[in-house]
Amino acid sequence: MAEEPESALQLSPSTAADGEGPTEVSPETATPEPPSSAAVSPGTEEPAGDTKKKIDILLKAVGDTPIMKTKKWAVERTRTIQGLIDFIKKFLKLVASEQLFIYVNQSFAPSPDQEVGTLYECFGSDGKLVLHYCKSQAWG
Amino acid sequence: MTDDKDVLRDVWFGRIPTCFTLYQDEITEREAEPYYLLLPRVSYLTLVTDKVKKHFQKVMRQEDISEIWFEYEGTPLKWHYPIGLLFDLLASSSALPWNITVHFKSFPEKDLLHCPSKDAIEAHFMSCVKEADALKHKSQVINEMQKKDHKQLWMGLQNVVSTWSSQEIETTQRVKQDRFDQFWAINRKLMEYPAEENGFRYIPFRIYQTTTERPFIQKLFRPVAADGQLHTLGDLLKEVCPSALAPEDGEKKNQVMIHGIEPMLETPLQWLSEHLSYPDNFLHISIIPQPTD
Repeated sequence: MAEEPESALQLSPSTAADGEGPTEVSPETATPEPPSSAAVSPGTEEPAGDTKKKIDILLKAVGDTPIMKTKKWAVERTRTIQGLIDFIKKFLKLVASEQLFIYVNQSFAPSPDQEVGTLYECFGSDGKLVLHYCKSQAWG
Repeated sequence: MTDDKDVLRDVWFGRIPTCFTLYQDEITEREAEPYYLLLPRVSYLTLVTDKVKKHFQKVMRQEDISEIWFEYEGTPLKWHYPIGLLFDLLASSSALPWNITVHFKSFPEKDLLHCPSKDAIEAHFMSCVKEADALKHKSQVINEMQKKDHKQLWMGLQNVVSTWSSQEIETTQRVKQDRFDQFWAINRKLMEYPAEENGFRYIPFRIYQTTTERPFIQKLFRPVAADGQLHTLGDLLKEVCPSALAPEDGEKKNQVMIHGIEPMLETPLQWLSEHLSYPDNFLHISIIPQPTD
């Protein structure tokens, strides 16, 4: 569960603070909770403030889809997959009509209205959620 | 176990009598009669409404038609939620038939996903099945299946809805039974678990409430407690959505509904997952205010 010091912070702040996009991970924000589990945390109701906390996601390109120089981002739990798709497309300067697919576990494509916080709780590991993105359907 | 198979059948063949009416502001060339259908609970709106679309398009001009969408009492209906879930969540306390309004204009981009084709429904459905298996078996079962098995799950769902209205009752009944068998021949593999364990790794569930803005609650929850006891529906709610439960000695404020019924809170979650999951392998649980009448 130990959080590695962030090493991929080469992008200029102006790029990172682009619009409403996710923010690059800095050491202060990189303290996500471990995913909850019925076995270890009985009776925990998520306090309201908790939903505001950001989670760490790691974005990995698939196939010939351009990579992002910054792979690790802290995003709001309530951000949707569609919000993330829009952000990546903008970041990679893809045209609006180009498709982008996001996959969890290199297996399934969550529906665009799903929140990353929920996916993080179910499929996050080592304090982050790994998402693969691709310009074509990578995993049927 | 024979009794339990009847549960699968009842869930699979559940239908909701529905009346489709064209939205008043849509422009028509002549009056649009309402259209009645029995909607399969386990299917998706855009998968079973080709006839509705044709019916209303007959009285409309081509230029007045864009993507069809549905609404109930002001709420746009998400096609990517199973029909039974939409009804339980939004309409279960109102009288039948379910009155759905049909729109061909002003698509609510903010509330609904586009449904460009049947392929989009298939992709969504398969993605849900895969997500569910990631929770149940670390994706091992779904990954061991062949493409044709995946297709068979989807076709089982598809055919049952395209044949239900046929007048040839006997043939239809047989075809419907075949589709049920076809689906379950594959789906039963997704419902298996190692004999030494008492259930899946985690239970794929989603809890919906009309009272919150959040789409749904989904967390990791095991079917068996650390002490070996089976977790119940009540245990799940207590952990992930305690507000749904009545306080002890308090008045019951909510209904916990799956497939139009309120299962007992003592029901083991593993059993519910195996028998009351939708074809996408998720337990879709609606928390709705207790009717006051």
